[in-house]
Amino acid sequence: MTITAKPPKPRFKTGDTVHIGDRKAVGHCRTPWYLRGKTGVVASIQGTYHDPERLAYHKPGLPSQVLYKVRFLQSEIWPKYKGPATDHLEADIYEYWLEPATEERRP
Amino acid sequence: MTTPTRKTMPRTGAKGRAAHDVGGLDFGPIDRHEHDLALWEKRVDAMLILLVGKKKGAFAIDAMRRAIEDYGQQEYDRTTYYEKWARAIRNLVVEQEILTRAEIEARMQEVRDKHLKAGRKVSKAGVPW
Amino acid sequence: MTHGHGSHDHDHDHGHGHDHDEPHPPQRDHDAGEMGAYEVLEEAVRTLLIEKGVLTPAEIRGQMDLMDSRTPSLGANVIAKAWTDPAFKKLLLKDTRAALAGLGIDIGTLAEFRTIENTPKVHNVVVCTLCSCYPKMLLGIPPAWYKSLAYRSRVVVDPRGVLEEFGVKVKPGVEVRVHDSTADLRYLILPMRPKGTDGLSEEDLAGLVTRDAMVGTAIPEAPKPKRAAAE
Repeated sequence: MTITAKPPKPRFKTGDTVHIGDRKAVGHCRTPWYLRGKTGVVASIQGTYHDPERLAYHKPGLPSQVLYKVRFLQSEIWPKYKGPATDHLEADIYEYWLEPATEERRP
Repeated sequence: MTTPTRKTMPRTGAKGRAAHDVGGLDFGPIDRHEHDLALWEKRVDAMLILLVGKKKGAFAIDAMRRAIEDYGQQEYDRTTYYEKWARAIRNLVVEQEILTRAEIEARMQEVRDKHLKAGRKVSKAGVPW
Repeated sequence: MTHGHGSHDHDHDHGHGHDHDEPHPPQRDHDAGEMGAYEVLEEAVRTLLIEKGVLTPAEIRGQMDLMDSRTPSLGANVIAKAWTDPAFKKLLLKDTRAALAGLGIDIGTLAEFRTIENTPKVHNVVVCTLCSCYPKMLLGIPPAWYKSLAYRSRVVVDPRGVLEEFGVKVKPGVEVRVHDSTADLRYLILPMRPKGTDGLSEEDLAGLVTRDAMVGTAIPEAPKPKRAAAE
């Protein structure tokens, strides 16, 4: 059996439509409540970092996790959003909070 | 050493979101008044940066945030920014077995006594663990 | 004043030469008023950590001095340079850490920086809804309002309303884009250079850039033309 190093390969690429997980977090979590279950588009890949959800409990947070800048339509996040339809919000979200989405959407 | 347990501290009336996770809630008008930090606050800031830095490596900044998140809504809402961080530093240095709770409590009393003796008014209140 | 305590570090910081435009009030005298529980806690923890050799007074002093040296003026100089030097601007947008390092500004190891450019089509504004992440290593300590529950909660859901409170009105045809700093990236907004500033020196341009402009809650303006002497 050959063992090869597999540094984290991003699961998503810029332009991919993604769903934010709709689950409850237990303990430290950097995916805000207001984005759970929302749909966005990957605006960029921000790199790989040690997992904050584990660093918070004195674990090293390895293996490193891929971080994405995800862009959302404000009108999708907030049902009663008062601004124009072109307003957006972006947040930095870790890969394990993202699921692929099937419908296409422009960033 | 026991690994700290994970807890969620939901905000009452907000369907299970954690107390610190406030995006989209309404806390009224933004107070834009600015003031200089007190000296003790600057020291809290300095200690925090030093302790999470690579040279000391006492704990990750993420652990500090987690400690603050675990305070619960009431404490979270009523304490100031540096009060939160001061308490977190204290809790984390005990959690990481750098200092003990007993020696901190003892030193706090010594500090109170010293300042009282010097003629200053000193709060008798403790800081919740 | 008497300090009964052998606090080796220093005298109070009464406006020692850091870079700012207006005099600010002297360091609040911590001997005035009741000493609160958290101030007691700070002294207890600090003195214990020093006694045990975990931290030294010099390290604490050094870190305080470092934070004092990071100010909005420093950021304003960076913005002004980006406005006047296209190669620097390109580097700032591509690799903010490297661009700042080139100016002798070491942002440390706690976080990475990203610079986001305002354009005629997009106005950007930064927040950290979960705590108060901020590009401290450039701009210094954030203002209380940035860390407040009111700002953190509302700017994501009503950014235009919040901007109006700050005196910024963004036209409907311009996108407002909010950046929630949820991870280890800190965002610096590169505002647009105001019209009518051709021929201004880099130093004068820097004078137009406020801290709020680098967070997204202000828009730099050209200097007002001087009034005639007689009113």
